[in-house]
Amino acid sequence: MKPRHKRFIFIGLGLAALAAGAMLVLNAFQSNLVFFFTPTQVANAEVPKGRGFRIGGMVENGSLTREADGLTVHFVVTDMAKRVPVTFKGILPDLFKEGKGVVAQGQLGADGTFLASEVLAKHDENYMPPEAADALAKAKAAGAQSSGTLVVNPR
Amino acid sequence: MIPEIGHYALILALCVAVVQGCIPIYGAAVGNSALMSVAKPAARGQFLLVLLAFCCLGYAFAVKDFSVLYVAATSNSQLPIHYRLAAIWGAHEGSLLLWVFILTIWMVAVSFFSTHLPEAMRARILGVMGLVSVGFLLFMLTVSNPFERLIPPAFDGRDLNPLLQDPGMVIHPPMLYMGYVGFSVAFAFAIAALLGGTLDAAWARWSRPWTTVAWCFMTVGVAMGSGWAYYELGWGGWWFWDPVENASFMPWLAGTALIHSLAVTDKRGGFKAWSVLLAIMAFSLSLLGTFLVRSGVLTSVHAFATDPKRGLFILVFLAVVIGGSLILYAWRAPRVGLGGGFSMVSREGMLLANNVLLVAALGSVLLGTLYPLFLDALDLGKISVGPPYFDTVFVPLMTPAIFLMGIGPLAQWKKASLPELAVRLRWAFGVSVVTALALPLIMGQWTPLISLGLLLAIWILTTVAVDLRERLAHTDGGSLMGRLAALPRAYWGMVLAHCGVALFIVGVTMVKGFEVEQDVRMNVGDTATVGGYTFRFDGTEQYRGPNYIAARGTIRVSQDGRDVTVMYPEKRRYFVQNQTMTEAAISPGLLRDLYVSLGEPLENGAWSVRLYHKPFVDWIWGGCLVMALGGVLAISDRRYRLAWRRKVSDVPASTQMARQTVS
Repeated sequence: MKPRHKRFIFIGLGLAALAAGAMLVLNAFQSNLVFFFTPTQVANAEVPKGRGFRIGGMVENGSLTREADGLTVHFVVTDMAKRVPVTFKGILPDLFKEGKGVVAQGQLGADGTFLASEVLAKHDENYMPPEAADALAKAKAAGAQSSGTLVVNPR
Repeated sequence: MIPEIGHYALILALCVAVVQGCIPIYGAAVGNSALMSVAKPAARGQFLLVLLAFCCLGYAFAVKDFSVLYVAATSNSQLPIHYRLAAIWGAHEGSLLLWVFILTIWMVAVSFFSTHLPEAMRARILGVMGLVSVGFLLFMLTVSNPFERLIPPAFDGRDLNPLLQDPGMVIHPPMLYMGYVGFSVAFAFAIAALLGGTLDAAWARWSRPWTTVAWCFMTVGVAMGSGWAYYELGWGGWWFWDPVENASFMPWLAGTALIHSLAVTDKRGGFKAWSVLLAIMAFSLSLLGTFLVRSGVLTSVHAFATDPKRGLFILVFLAVVIGGSLILYAWRAPRVGLGGGFSMVSREGMLLANNVLLVAALGSVLLGTLYPLFLDALDLGKISVGPPYFDTVFVPLMTPAIFLMGIGPLAQWKKASLPELAVRLRWAFGVSVVTALALPLIMGQWTPLISLGLLLAIWILTTVAVDLRERLAHTDGGSLMGRLAALPRAYWGMVLAHCGVALFIVGVTMVKGFEVEQDVRMNVGDTATVGGYTFRFDGTEQYRGPNYIAARGTIRVSQDGRDVTVMYPEKRRYFVQNQTMTEAAISPGLLRDLYVSLGEPLENGAWSVRLYHKPFVDWIWGGCLVMALGGVLAISDRRYRLAWRRKVSDVPASTQMARQTVS
């Protein structure tokens, strides 16, 4: 084998490795993207079935209840237009409060309850997670035409 | 008055920086030694001015001057003095000041330890650093001035984010910034070489110690950030693949690739253009990291919209630095030359493969960090890229890299023989495979990932042992101790750093494989058993800190009836921002950490409590420290010390060289 052939083989191998690497990265990327939806989108059934996603909005005042085991909690996430009940088992992050923004990751159950595997606490100065703020703003912009389920708490 | 002095000092520093950025580089271009000699005093003067500004801001924090907007925004009269001072770098404006301050420290260091460099080289290096400084000072003075007044003054400050009120936060940002900004020296060396058109082994020898020092700081800085997240966030995780963390990890990856590529340039004269490109990349990523974390773009890309001037300045600055240096690279790099050829199976070849893998890993982190931001900025929807993505990508990319890491140091430069390497490494390989398969079984749980992790860690250690044995056999020096001492420190540095990687891998593998986590509801007197330890909850009591009120739990831990320790996790409420904070209790150990954090209070004094048993978790940070120590050992090598010492006798020669470079 001439050195030139050898070099071609190496370049070919390198390119193949590069292509394999790119495939790997993009494939992992594709299958691990987590999309974000607002409660209104959840109510309109725009969310993927059988795949995890994130939901954000405000924790409705007075909606937080706790089961007897002390760990399973139920609360309602709202964007002031639609409400989505959420169930989570575990310890809530410090920044979680009624009337404050929240982002949860999980799947939609058969009964329309969002089963959260994770309630997110970003470690930054903002109380309102940006996704949640965005959801509220979007719903506000969309107007109150669909506010049949809206619960406004005067506090 | 004092803040105005600080502000004024910054303006003066900008003037000095402009002079430092223009005159010496021009002087080097025309070969005027008087103009070039401006660089040194300018760098030192700029350092003093920025130091003055830094002290002024510190003073404003110390005396609680709430008429300064930044002080009012990030501190409070109840905040203890050490946190008030750490609040200097608690938010955007102050961290920029810290950045510039550290940049000037590096400049002064270069001005002192560069007497052995040709004059033109030194002038260009300091000039480039001056230009970087111009950008940052302009940014501060135009759109984010830390000395801006608040009229009328606030009655009290809004307080520092409670998460940052932690000893780790006092030291972590300066460490990390020493690393970030340290890469500016490597960058300046690269740009100086491109400007001068001289890029040889000597260039690599000069820039190597600087790059290694910056890399050491970076390593410690990233590790401290991870440690801080571990004990402060109360979640027990040590790495979240959060954009903030990725921002510091990307320059680290580039820097790691750079120190290996520089080794080739130094020893063999190869990889020149690649080293220059990596230096540019490392510094660009440092800039990107600083801005990602500190501009608010991560909280919301629309933070840019609320302050468009700031966002625009950042984008323009990044474009100028990255674009400008890449254009210069494209224009001048072909002149630099390629260096000697080598076979693919050689030490160069393996280092090249490692570099490619590191850069690929870097690219995948960059993709996962920036892609969601792009989508959001273009209003194409909100997505997030979770840890599973990074985990899936990193394991296959790092596995071959670490495999090569074991072989590389044993391979010959230029051309090595695979069969011969296989013979030399057969024992190391056999031992690694057998232990990696057997150990998890002994520990009671076997998964492919645990075995893979252990295999890689043991592979590193055994190949290091083989390498050490072979080298000792070829070293003369009589006794074993004599021969050990005869090996150069740079070699020991490499050995130590590689062992650090092994320790790190052990830590990660063991935590991922054997960690036990349990969330439980505990009444007073309840017990729970996790990882063989029994935790008994003895209730909580109230106590008052300087600026918070806390519920402090008492948890007694025993193992097989023996008392092990008592842990005091806390739930604090900080008054000013009315923010609740979990303060985890950790009982550290060489082989395991016990980690307890309080969840929420339930009825009758019961709490939800999170209990963890984390085997080998401290090895993660220990490994990073060992890597950094390896770096320190490498730069204490004799040949660098000789370079410093030779400087006196070298002066005439170096000016001569400068002339040659210029012509």
